[in-house]
Amino acid sequence: MRLATRLLPLLLLVTAVFFIRAPFLIKAAPIESTMGVVQKIFYFHVPAAAATFLGATVCGIASILFLWRRRPMADHVAVSAAELVVTFGVIVLITGPLWARKAWGIWWEWRDVRLTTTFVMWTTFAAYLLLRRFGGPGSNIMAAAFGLFGMALVPIVYQSVSYWNTLHPKATVVRTLPPEMAGPLWWGITAFVLLFTALMIVRVRLEAGRAALEDAYVELED
Amino acid sequence: MNVLRIAWVIARKDLVVEMRSRELAYTTLFFAVACVLVFAFAFIRQGRTPEDVAAGILWVALAFSGTMALGRAFERERQAETLRALLLAPVERASIYLGKLAGLLVLMAAVEAVVVPLVALLFDAPLWRAPGLLIALLAAGTLGFAGVGTLFAAMLVRAHSRDVLLPILLYPITVPVMIAGVRGTAAIFAAEPNFDAARAWLSMLVFFDAIFVTMALWVFAPVMNE
Repeated sequence: MRLATRLLPLLLLVTAVFFIRAPFLIKAAPIESTMGVVQKIFYFHVPAAAATFLGATVCGIASILFLWRRRPMADHVAVSAAELVVTFGVIVLITGPLWARKAWGIWWEWRDVRLTTTFVMWTTFAAYLLLRRFGGPGSNIMAAAFGLFGMALVPIVYQSVSYWNTLHPKATVVRTLPPEMAGPLWWGITAFVLLFTALMIVRVRLEAGRAALEDAYVELED
Repeated sequence: MNVLRIAWVIARKDLVVEMRSRELAYTTLFFAVACVLVFAFAFIRQGRTPEDVAAGILWVALAFSGTMALGRAFERERQAETLRALLLAPVERASIYLGKLAGLLVLMAAVEAVVVPLVALLFDAPLWRAPGLLIALLAAGTLGFAGVGTLFAAMLVRAHSRDVLLPILLYPITVPVMIAGVRGTAAIFAAEPNFDAARAWLSMLVFFDAIFVTMALWVFAPVMNE
């Protein structure tokens, strides 16, 4: 953690460079022939989704560690990751329909596996935060159990919705990515993962500080 | 005593308590009936039932009443601090979970025995088209729902605002169960029934059950360790 704190300014700087350069790369990328300029949401949407799924995985693993080892640090990591899942999830859930309205003509398509999975996952992690906020004492352990289910849920929902799809075949947009489009996409994903890491470090530090303060209060009262 | 025998003792205790008061059975049942009634007014137009709603209504009524039963079942344990006594007993945590789960499954099966024919009657669903398959779907769906629900309701016993937190936690996690349950039942009830699809959804439900119950068994002990 100390090393992470020391590296934080550097990390923030690199993240800033990535985010400043990203719009230029996205502008330079070719305009997609059928969807037009709206397709460029993609360079923002997919990286945010990557950060969301990364957060869900981090939260699940940290929950496992907290449940069986009871390391406070694991709990701090879990709650920070869950907050980032909800935050990045909002970006995904806003940019997705904006694109879908233009590309498919509708805001939302329940049969699309990615949409439904993301929405269910977002709801799950929002519920996780509600549990932590309103559950009262001991809610961090309950939340750890719930976070574990939240992580396991993602592949299950994905599978069940895609199965639902196969039962009712539906034409989907098949996208193949030329290199001049893949470049900005990977740039964007790197930028979001860097941002995710930086925010994680800041948030975990904050949570550790808050917990230390709470312990100090309890000690003072005893 | 092995795990299953202790689980049976706990389940029997719950059922004896329930047989004497019948509080949960009556309230849950009438809650489910009230749900169906609300749906009847929401969906029936000019005396006719729209196609394909019976399966959805059935599963939503079961999910709602199941949530209520779960909350009440553990509220009863909380009021007299009997859950603490149960946790202090020198038995495996897994058997406590299994015992509570079994008690709830019996209760929900009793509710379903009334609600399913009622929905079939009111919404014109062909109950006798594939009774075995329908029962299997209901059993597997109820197990998945109650399997997760028992864990969540048990851990929420000591939480603040547990009444509202239980559905908030339970519904997103049981989305796969609802998808498979509704789709499978709809495949049976449809004008052109597709039994292969229903069987496919059933096997999917069994798969979810295996995952959910395993995870709940695995997590129950560390969560209920206080």
